[in-house]
Amino acid sequence: MARFEPAALPELLPVFYRRLFPHGPYGRWLSYGGVAKNYFQLREFSFTLRDDVYLRFQSFGSPQELERELQKINPYKIDIGAVYSHRPNQHNTVHLGAFQPQEKELVFDIDMTDYDDVRTCCSSADICSKCWTLMTIAVRIIDRALVEDLGVRHRLWVYSGRRGVHCWVCDDAVRKWSPALRAAAVEYLSLVKGGADTVKKVTLSHPVHPFIRRSVAVVEKYFEEFALLGQDILGSPEKWAKVLALLPEELREPLQAEFPRKKDSLQRWELLRARAERERERGRAGWPEWEVMLQLCFPRLDVNVSKGLGHLLKSPFSVHPKTGGTRAKSQAISETRKLDKTNAGRISVPLDLQRLDQFDPFAVPTISSLCQELDAAGSDGEQEDGAETEPKRRTRDYRRTSLAPYVRLFERFVEGLESARRGERIRRSDLQGDF
Amino acid sequence: MEFSSRARQRHARLAGDRREQYPHSLQFYLEPPTESISLVEFESFAVDRLRLLKVIENLGVSHVRGSDVYKTKLEAELRKLKFPYRALVEDDYEARRKDHISHFILRLAYCQSEDLRRWFLQQEMDLFRYRFNELTENLMQKFLEHVNLSFEAIGEDLKNELANELSVSTPGFNMSKVKEQMFYKVGLADAVDLFRARKVFIKDGFAYVPFKEIDVIVLNHYRTKLSKALALTARSLPSIQSDERLQPLLNHLSHSYVGPDYSVQNNTGKISLEQIDALSVKSFPLCMRQLHRALRDNHHLRHGGRMQYGLFLKGIGLTLEQALEFWKKEFIRGKVDADKFDKGYAYSIRHSYGKEGRRTDYTPYSCMKIIMSNPPSQGDYHGCPFRHSDPELLKQKLQSYKISPSGIAQVLELVKGMHFQLACQKYFELTHDVDDIGFSLNHPNQYFIESQKLLSGGREPKKEFSNSGNFQQKNNSQESINSSSTPTSSNAKADTELEGLEAYFTED
Repeated sequence: MARFEPAALPELLPVFYRRLFPHGPYGRWLSYGGVAKNYFQLREFSFTLRDDVYLRFQSFGSPQELERELQKINPYKIDIGAVYSHRPNQHNTVHLGAFQPQEKELVFDIDMTDYDDVRTCCSSADICSKCWTLMTIAVRIIDRALVEDLGVRHRLWVYSGRRGVHCWVCDDAVRKWSPALRAAAVEYLSLVKGGADTVKKVTLSHPVHPFIRRSVAVVEKYFEEFALLGQDILGSPEKWAKVLALLPEELREPLQAEFPRKKDSLQRWELLRARAERERERGRAGWPEWEVMLQLCFPRLDVNVSKGLGHLLKSPFSVHPKTGGTRAKSQAISETRKLDKTNAGRISVPLDLQRLDQFDPFAVPTISSLCQELDAAGSDGEQEDGAETEPKRRTRDYRRTSLAPYVRLFERFVEGLESARRGERIRRSDLQGDF
Repeated sequence: MEFSSRARQRHARLAGDRREQYPHSLQFYLEPPTESISLVEFESFAVDRLRLLKVIENLGVSHVRGSDVYKTKLEAELRKLKFPYRALVEDDYEARRKDHISHFILRLAYCQSEDLRRWFLQQEMDLFRYRFNELTENLMQKFLEHVNLSFEAIGEDLKNELANELSVSTPGFNMSKVKEQMFYKVGLADAVDLFRARKVFIKDGFAYVPFKEIDVIVLNHYRTKLSKALALTARSLPSIQSDERLQPLLNHLSHSYVGPDYSVQNNTGKISLEQIDALSVKSFPLCMRQLHRALRDNHHLRHGGRMQYGLFLKGIGLTLEQALEFWKKEFIRGKVDADKFDKGYAYSIRHSYGKEGRRTDYTPYSCMKIIMSNPPSQGDYHGCPFRHSDPELLKQKLQSYKISPSGIAQVLELVKGMHFQLACQKYFELTHDVDDIGFSLNHPNQYFIESQKLLSGGREPKKEFSNSGNFQQKNNSQESINSSSTPTSSNAKADTELEGLEAYFTED
């Protein structure tokens, strides 16, 4: 993979926005079929330029205009905001208080840094294949709840480009949800409570709600590989002390004594489980082993991201830029050797839920790798037909790169929205007896 | 549907069948009343409802909502004020009509500011909650049908299928209880509080709510409707305010102190000056005790203090002669000589007894007036200590009065919640060693009378104080403020002060 040099962004971005960014499906997505008047025109976008210059309240008359502007401005980052009461780019002309956000997708942001207290392999912005499983678990738990419990259909899960995932819930009804309802959804999906000074962050009451039970079932599928083998949570006395601290006294003390005699995390966990089960058979209510599993693996959401209608979130297919401004070229090169480990320049691509377990954040294309691929494909000797239209050329372009499968995923998502709309229209006209 | 029910109602009125108009003892107040009423009825209905809402406010702070004592007291108040107090199916027409009309009148008065709206909404919701919960299941069903709250009861088959999930999701519902109670399929937006706390089973975007939780949902509906209605009313207010007959009445509703004014006393001359020191410790509310102490210590009080304390003393029965003697004796000990006193201070004392100038017989200040107007500054001792004193100083003062630490903690808690009069009530309870003050405090003289009553072994309260007909007095601009946490639309300064205080106390 090409080394990413942040100083190269100004050259790479124009190529990206001209030949790679999927303007077509993107515009179709955000227009939502043109059912609501001016929906696209009232949407806020925000652009981040070089040197962290930030432009809020951008809005466009059509997807085509957005495309032109993107190709003109070449922002480092795109954020999507709410659909407002007035065109965001005219918000200064509106009487204060009258300019209000009206609708927005329900969004979730799951960030690996929120798990620092339970990761031993990495911390803060770093991620690795061992801890990425936490994201997989989070997506599965939340997606199941969104579909089965909240009755939602159209969700777009996106790799955030660095250390987490985003979810965009796009159902018509959900876009109209009030902040209170969004906050309620986050609360429904939350189990891990407490900050740095709380030791035990998950306590289950009885009986256990189906949401929790089903979430535990998901965690169980990954727990052995992630926690016992990968994180090795019971591998040493220091490590298992942390786990034992979460258990009630009557379990903790005997386990404390017996753990040294077992040879690895797997065995120790088996013992823990067996003891907990025995307590339950004796009539003591409680699921301490579930509480441990959940504290280590259950998704951690930030309510602020989801609650506010006006909140901006990074757009799918936005580039993850490296912050820090311009650097001397040589310095940049030595930086990039380090950067290979981080996720700089990566594209925020949609996740394939069917292949979630195989997702590798380090295999996600970066803007420089994509541009390299384009160069390589161009020199393959394919003649460029002068009469070809721009969109067609672009279609062929992205198809030649590793971005292709991700754009296909995105298109399938947009098609899902469109066919649902068609179905709804047919249903309505049937009801009204229109033929 | 609405159209036909309105037509039906009009027909019913014409036909003289009054029951059709108010088929239920409670309502969502969706339709404003359309009949004509006299100004007298207008005012008395409104004042009664205001009384009711204030009682509800007090009960809500002093007792757990829905507890037996809460319900008993509220029912008593509803009966006393002739509002619907039980879901009687029979002829409750007059009470329901009063309920309907008075609600809409108070909307006019209480839609005017954010604070007023919030207060009104809170009390009306508590009232609705109480009444809804008093309905039998049967009547509840009928009411829900009547207001078109489309909660689909789930069929037996579905319930059996979901029985296990329902019983583990819904607190307090084992399998047998699930089988016997009705469950309703409700949109998530309607069941927000249950859904957020995972206290209900949800599937496919719907919550399956047991009948007994329906009141939460109904309340949410009510709150939403009333909140919107208040905002709408505020917008159409200018046209109502231009009506000269209504304007002063509406103003007074959100300003008025509706209680006895302690101006006409039958106990004048029954207090001797020698008793005042002892009385100040035993029977004075904290504000007056503080003022008396300051007067004794400094041999002086500034104007605000003189007014507040002087009128209070008049209210407890000091004659003009006694008052003049009292103040003069004290001031002379200070820097004022007799001559100066006679020339300056004496005049104003006579004035406040109505013997000079305009000859208005000024009435002692109510708690609301003391709390809301003329805050004390450096060197002043008037005002309400629970409102105006720094909590640390208040704590020290209470400690010096030998109040128990737990008692002090309770007082401070009430102060923090801005329930100043309730804090004073707690002070009463602690200093008189009783569990329940037995009345709702809103006037310092009321405090004194009740205290004296208690200490002398329950003397009969004078009847004229508990149901004063002195409504005309409220037109007197001097006392036009009511109980503590009721926000008023008095001068903007008072409002901003109150807000400032809120900011100070709402730590998060």
